[in-house]
Amino acid sequence: MLTLTLKEQPTVPLEAEVLSPDRLGSLRHDEVWGLPVLHGKRQLRLDEFFEIEGDPSDELELRGDLTRVKWIGRGMTRGRIRIAGNAGMHLGAHMKGGTIEVSGNASDWVGGEMTGGLIHIRGSAGGQVGAAYRGSLSGMNRGTILIEGSAGIELGMRMKRGIIAVRGPVRDFAGLQMKGGSLFLLGGAELRTGAWMARGTIICLKPIRLLPTFSHACDYHPPFMTMYSRHLRELGFAIPYDARQGIYHRYNGDAAVPGKGEILIWEPK
Amino acid sequence: MLRITGGKVYDPANNVHGEVRDVCIANGRVVAAVEGGRTIDARGMVVFPGGVDVHTHVAGAALNFARGLIPEQHRQAAILARTPVRRAGMGGTTPTTFATGYLYAGMGWTTVNEAAVPILSAKHTHEELRDTPIVDKTCCVLMANNEIVLDLLEAGEIERAKHVVAWNIWAAKAYGVKAVNPGGVAAWKWGKDAKTLADPVEGYKKVTPAKIISGLARIVDELGLPHPVHLHCNNLGAPGNFTTTLETMKVLEANRAHMAHLQYHAYGGEDWFSIRSEAAPIADYFNAHTNLTADAGAVLFGNTVTITADGPWQHLLHELTGKKWSNLDVENETGCGIVPYAYKQKNLVNAVQWAVGLELLLLINDPWRVFLTTDHPNGATFWRYPEIIQLLMDAEFRREQVKALPAKARERIILPDLDRQYSLSEIAIITSAGPARALGLSQKGHLGVGADADVAIYNETKDIARMFAYPRYVIKGGEIVIEEGEMRQSVEGRAFVVRPRYDEKIEEYIRPLFQQYYTMSFDNYPVELERVHGSQVRECP
Repeated sequence: MLTLTLKEQPTVPLEAEVLSPDRLGSLRHDEVWGLPVLHGKRQLRLDEFFEIEGDPSDELELRGDLTRVKWIGRGMTRGRIRIAGNAGMHLGAHMKGGTIEVSGNASDWVGGEMTGGLIHIRGSAGGQVGAAYRGSLSGMNRGTILIEGSAGIELGMRMKRGIIAVRGPVRDFAGLQMKGGSLFLLGGAELRTGAWMARGTIICLKPIRLLPTFSHACDYHPPFMTMYSRHLRELGFAIPYDARQGIYHRYNGDAAVPGKGEILIWEPK
Repeated sequence: MLRITGGKVYDPANNVHGEVRDVCIANGRVVAAVEGGRTIDARGMVVFPGGVDVHTHVAGAALNFARGLIPEQHRQAAILARTPVRRAGMGGTTPTTFATGYLYAGMGWTTVNEAAVPILSAKHTHEELRDTPIVDKTCCVLMANNEIVLDLLEAGEIERAKHVVAWNIWAAKAYGVKAVNPGGVAAWKWGKDAKTLADPVEGYKKVTPAKIISGLARIVDELGLPHPVHLHCNNLGAPGNFTTTLETMKVLEANRAHMAHLQYHAYGGEDWFSIRSEAAPIADYFNAHTNLTADAGAVLFGNTVTITADGPWQHLLHELTGKKWSNLDVENETGCGIVPYAYKQKNLVNAVQWAVGLELLLLINDPWRVFLTTDHPNGATFWRYPEIIQLLMDAEFRREQVKALPAKARERIILPDLDRQYSLSEIAIITSAGPARALGLSQKGHLGVGADADVAIYNETKDIARMFAYPRYVIKGGEIVIEEGEMRQSVEGRAFVVRPRYDEKIEEYIRPLFQQYYTMSFDNYPVELERVHGSQVRECP
């Protein structure tokens, strides 16, 4: 396993897409030390910012407050990155496979346009988790993002497939223009949840304010909740046992598109 | 001074077809002989006159709007890093200005015609063309939906309309006249289109698309412009539109005309499900009428963005695809629509479009009248021209590509039956000699004594697409720009402008109309000649 410890906070953001098992896994020590990172507009060496220990492999551990380190695990296809601390913007963007775990918080654009793999954040995440980059037609397309804390605006914007689960509250526009996939909002959401959604499922365990363009369809108990609960538990994300019981109010929308999405709001027994 | 020796020279305008002979260059021009100076050993290579693009969109307000609309395509675009001889830039579907010049020259093209410029954004267009290095430039000004011109045609004042058009050409510092969906863009401002040639245009009683087309063609000929009216026909892209195109060509019988991106105007069928190729009747008519030239507007599969002054068509395309759309209204002159688009091999309509472009290039007998374009970036980006050259020169390769089309599409096209293969001479005609002649640029498109020393030298190999994508040498105006496949220097291009004759008093007619209807002050409107960098003015007879 390779361990990289951040020496000190960079003064301006550091773009370090080399921090990925695909890039580091098969290199020699000296090659790893000399990998290029962009500090502002300057291209510098990786070892100017990190103490590097251990042997290169598909396991990678990053230590320190990496709030200003961007693009960690960009496009990775395999292996595991463990971050003991915080992570900067675009964590796991375009990721195709493998696992990223963060013990602290992550910034905006976690898993932007990812197509596979798992990102698990113990703290909170910023905005645009699993979202489409500006101009793109679709965001996350397969893969899983689990957030134990809260999340910012535009959660899962234009996502097509995959799962995002957030334990804490999320801010405005969760599931904006969603095209598919599932959002689990355990801690509720602020305004305009599911705006312009075409397809997909948003499951909310707290009451939320709905847009007027969502209409009530029925009240029922979706059998898939048990399956999803089991699946997420296996990935290390527990859904309250009670949520397997009780009634879910199903709303259809967004009629402004018009869309065939659904928002399920749980009513505890 | 420069001598290119040992290469097979393809200079069809001077009846040279692959002869090994020297090309001598001095002071930026081709000369009969030089004493001393540098020699390029071109053995094993072919020597072409620099390419001329008769129809492309590389500068101006609409293209910039498109650039802004497609960040998702820029993220995938090739990055051109800065080097000591070139600026940083980006390739992709809408390359940045400097990159546009580098990419054209990097392929052996040295002259481009920006095909759609409203006078209102002509200043901007010329500024951007100034920043498009190496290549020489011309541009065509949009006239077929200009309300002052249309009002004059309505009143039957064709003589005055002629002076207005001439004034407009000089005001825009343009080289030719472009007509886009005549009457249709003016009608679009009422939410309508002009789909038939004989019906009056929305908002007018007498003016029909046919009258606009024949009127402008006549005006352009009477003004003696070097390039005939550059026409984008009505009903672009619609199934069954080949009848409109045939009618249009009939209307044009008495005049010269250049039919732009003919591929988009040669479809049969009633709707998107029954669309089929009607390249054959179009090519038959075209072959028999030598007053016409055309460019292919060929399509290649892949992502691109469509940009056209044809506002109503773009709205339809947006509704068809659900892709993002933007619409520009250019006051009393024209409009514009932009929709990103992906041509897919498995899509019936796209497969037919792909075939029609190639069919027209193969069915039109006279290579001097049909030219290689993709209507960049509408059908594909210009830097993909080598792929089309390969499809034209290699029937076997073409047949392989046809096999990958959906079975339904193969029944709707005649491409599988066409065995014609282009020779290198014919490629030199459709990429250089022909378009130069159609543009009336007598110093371009050939390597005779006195021609501009724009030369592309390619390795002669079997891999045609690679051969034309990576020239060994490119010489522009006598300067070696590309050497051994690498860029050595960037030179500035020139802008060709025509000054047609018009009665100075016409300004007295235009000024009050202008003050009443435009948001801009009349005196700020025309582009000053000093603003057009490297301008070369050509007086009309």
